[in-house]
Parts: sequence; C-alpha cells; structure tokens
Amino acid sequence: MCGIVGLFLKDEGLSPRLGAMLTEMLVTMTDRGPDSAGIAIYGNEVPGEAKITLQAADPAAFETLGAALDTALGIEVIVQVKDTHAVVHLPQAHVGPARRWLRENRGDLRILSTGQAIEIYKEVGLPADVAARFDLAGLSGSHGIGHTRMATESAVTTSGAHPFSTGADQCLVHNGSLSNHNALRRRLAGDGVAVGSQNDSEVAAAYLTRRMQQGRSLGGALEDGLNDLDGFFTFVVGTRDGFGVVRDPIACKPAVMAETDQYVAFGSEYRALVDLPGIDAARIWEPEPATVYFWRH
Amino acid sequence: MQRFDLQAEGLRALNAALQAQADQTNETAWEVTNPRGAHAIAAGLDAPIAVTVQGSAGYYCAGMNQQATVHVDGNAGPGVAENMMSGTVIVEGDASQYAGASGHGGLLVVRGNASSRCGISMKGIDIVVQGNVGHMSAFMAQKGALVVCGDAGDALGDSIYEARLYVRGSVKSLGADCVEKEMRAEHHAQLAELLRRAGIDADPGQFRRYGSARRLYHFDIDNAY
Repeated sequence: MCGIVGLFLKDEGLSPRLGAMLTEMLVTMTDRGPDSAGIAIYGNEVPGEAKITLQAADPAAFETLGAALDTALGIEVIVQVKDTHAVVHLPQAHVGPARRWLRENRGDLRILSTGQAIEIYKEVGLPADVAARFDLAGLSGSHGIGHTRMATESAVTTSGAHPFSTGADQCLVHNGSLSNHNALRRRLAGDGVAVGSQNDSEVAAAYLTRRMQQGRSLGGALEDGLNDLDGFFTFVVGTRDGFGVVRDPIACKPAVMAETDQYVAFGSEYRALVDLPGIDAARIWEPEPATVYFWRH
Repeated sequence: MQRFDLQAEGLRALNAALQAQADQTNETAWEVTNPRGAHAIAAGLDAPIAVTVQGSAGYYCAGMNQQATVHVDGNAGPGVAENMMSGTVIVEGDASQYAGASGHGGLLVVRGNASSRCGISMKGIDIVVQGNVGHMSAFMAQKGALVVCGDAGDALGDSIYEARLYVRGSVKSLGADCVEKEMRAEHHAQLAELLRRAGIDADPGQFRRYGSARRLYHFDIDNAY
C-alpha cells in the first residue's frame, strides 16, 4: 500500500497555494504510507535557467558546494539549502558539465532531479514531518505530485522514497509492485541506462525515460509500459508541462480523480481530495484500467 | 432523527452508537454529516435502523450489514456493503471496486456506476446497478442476483457458480464458464421485483440473463497442470 496525490492547476491564480494544497493531500494519505514521503513540484521557471535538486545525508555537505561549482564551471551558481536538500540554480547550458562534476567529485551528494521546472523533496519519516522539514506548504508552482510510501520492494531509505526522476523534468510515483523489474533493469543497463536504487518503481521511471529518448511521447511510453511492465501499478507521472495517470489492467490499486475549471486532482482515496476548492461540484471518477490519461498546460 | 458530525465526534463513537442499537430501538433514523471519505462508516450494524450518510464514504462503508438501511448520498469507496447479511444499502453516486463482495443477503443499489469486481464471490446478496459495472464483476459468484442496467466490462461472471446475472446493455466479454441463458417467466418475475425494490423504472424485457455453464463443477483431468 502507498498513497499518491497529484494536482495539476488550470487556474494560475491557485499557483501560490499549490504547495499548501498538495501538503494537505499528502498528510491525509499518511496511513497509506508512513515510511517515507516525497513531492515533485513544477514551477518558477526562469528562461535559460535550470535547477538541480541534490540530497545529502548531512546538510554540512552543501557548505562549500556553491564555491566549488563556481570554480569548476567558471560561472556563478545559486545554492538554496533546505534541510537535507539543496537546489542549485544555474544556466541551462551548464547542466551537463555540472552533473558530470557532481558525479565525479561529490559522491556524498545524490542528484534527485534536473530540469527547468522540477524540484524534488523526499525523506524517510511521516509525511507531516517531511513536509515541515522542507516547508512544502510554502512552495508555489503549476503542478505537483506527492507520494507516501509503505515499503515493499526495497528498503526504507531516502533513495527508496518517491518521486523518482530519471530524465530532465520527468518524475514518477508508483503504488503497487513490479515483478519483472530485475529483468527490465538488465535490459535498460544494456541500453546504457543505469538505475540508481534497488527500487522497482525507479526501474519503471527509467523505462519511461528510455522510451521517450527513443522518440515516444509520454503518452506513448505509458502505452508501451502496459505491455512491458508486469505487476501491479497505479502510476502518476509529471513532465515540465504535463501530468499523466495510468493503471494496470487489473486495477487493484485505488485511484480517484477530480476535475474542475481550476484543476485536475489525483488521490489514492477520495479523502485526499475533500478540502480542495469546489470539490462538491467537481467531476469525480476513477481512471479506467489500462487507459492512459494526460493533461498539458 | 439523530445527527452525528463524523468530523467532530469521530468514527469509533459513531459506529459504537450505531452498533449499540437494539432490535426494538426507538432511535431508528440517523444522519451522518461530514463523512469526508472516511473508512468503515456504519460498518457492522445489526438493528432495523436507517442511516443516511451526507456525502461520500471511503472503504468498507456498511460492511457486514444486518437489518439496517444505509443510504450514501454521494460516492462509496472500495468494498461498500462487503459481506452484507441482510438489510439495504443504497449508493446515490458511484461505487468503487468490489461493491457487495461476498455478500450473503440483503439488497445493494448503486444509482451510478460500480467499478471492477462488483459482486465478487457473492453468496446470496442482490445487487442492482443503475449504470455500468467494471471488469471481473460477479467473479466466482455463488448465489444471488446482479442486475446491471447499463453495460458490463470484461470477463463478466468468470468462474461463476449459481448466481443470476441480468444485463440490459452490452457485455464486453464473458468470463470462463459464463454463458447467456434463456429468460424464462421466473427470471422476468425476479428481475421485475428487484427493479421495483431498487426504485428503477426499466423494462425487464430489455435484459439478457447470464449464468454458469457448469463445466467447471467437476474435476477434469484436462484442466490439471
């Protein structure tokens, strides 16, 4: 069991409240996943700029990071530290070299996401505690996805927490368990795609990223996943400007959606949606099995 | 009328109060406000009382019901009226997966759609769905009737024993050992009565009946692995 929440805003007026609404939804799903919690939030883009979200066991690891990156890249980066996470703001053109430098020189830092819009915050602990550590309620944005984890396929660690991001501005959260993730992991490795954790859901994220590298749209990659991924899943995925949902053909893992003129919302249970504005008048439905849903700005 | 604010007073207090009602109780009408999708609302009742839930319920609403009438004025989450023994449960909106699962008796009415596995392993409950039902509905159904006024999804009645399935719309596919059967006078009469009790104005003549071909009843060496 895990909990998933998602919110895709149609009304920009709600953007300043995105973090607050998502946090409330996330905390409601605590009893579906008390082991760890995480959120991917999209927004606050600056033209030509990118963001790299990093995680460290000890926040002291970030103290010299800015200066070291400035020297290595020959530019000035901005490092925003939030508890065990830091968001590095840098020019888009320097993302590749920065990631390479981080991998080669800073093994103590884990890259959680890269992109123009995405930031990821995730940690072990109760959703309310994780949300407070990163002040998730204070975040603004255009869309976001959250997850509360009850661990099955891999250990309760930060790297086993969702969301997973395996491509620029892409993320995935998963409720369920995959039974062919080891075979798929080997296939992806053969294609040169390395999966960082032992987690089954990260394999699914990497699979989708790989399909998109091969020219498929996100919707197409999700369709492919219905054939190639064996197991139980309700996935919610995010891209820079989009938000998608797919359930396996058996559809045991719960999913409820709500749509109004202001937003599209996802919850593992209706409980997660009850405080959203206008919910009483929203169109509420369960996504059909083996059917890809996708919204874009 | 007893009013109960679920958000203020909590689930345990609600169910304790409802479950404490005796057969001869004078407190026969209850209204539950602020359900907010909570789980197990009005579960385990065993008295001839009427409970109205003003809003949507979460998992296992009215589970194990005996005698009571539970009315959900909203949607119901997974497992509504699961293992119902007697009484009536009415969902004004949609019902999530496995509505009425393994029910032994009573009547479940869903005015909207029911999703997958509606009536799975039903053992005598009657279920009337005004809209559609999802895949694997009436899986391993043993007794009772499932009435679908709309369409049925894939694998209807898979591995069915003796339940009767009545569908007015299309059936996407039939499950293993489920076949269409003749509508005889007794089936018309049963269906008309169920529709009447559910308060649905539909012509029994428009429904088709499905049931077990009874080919899975006995061990067949060709089915062994």
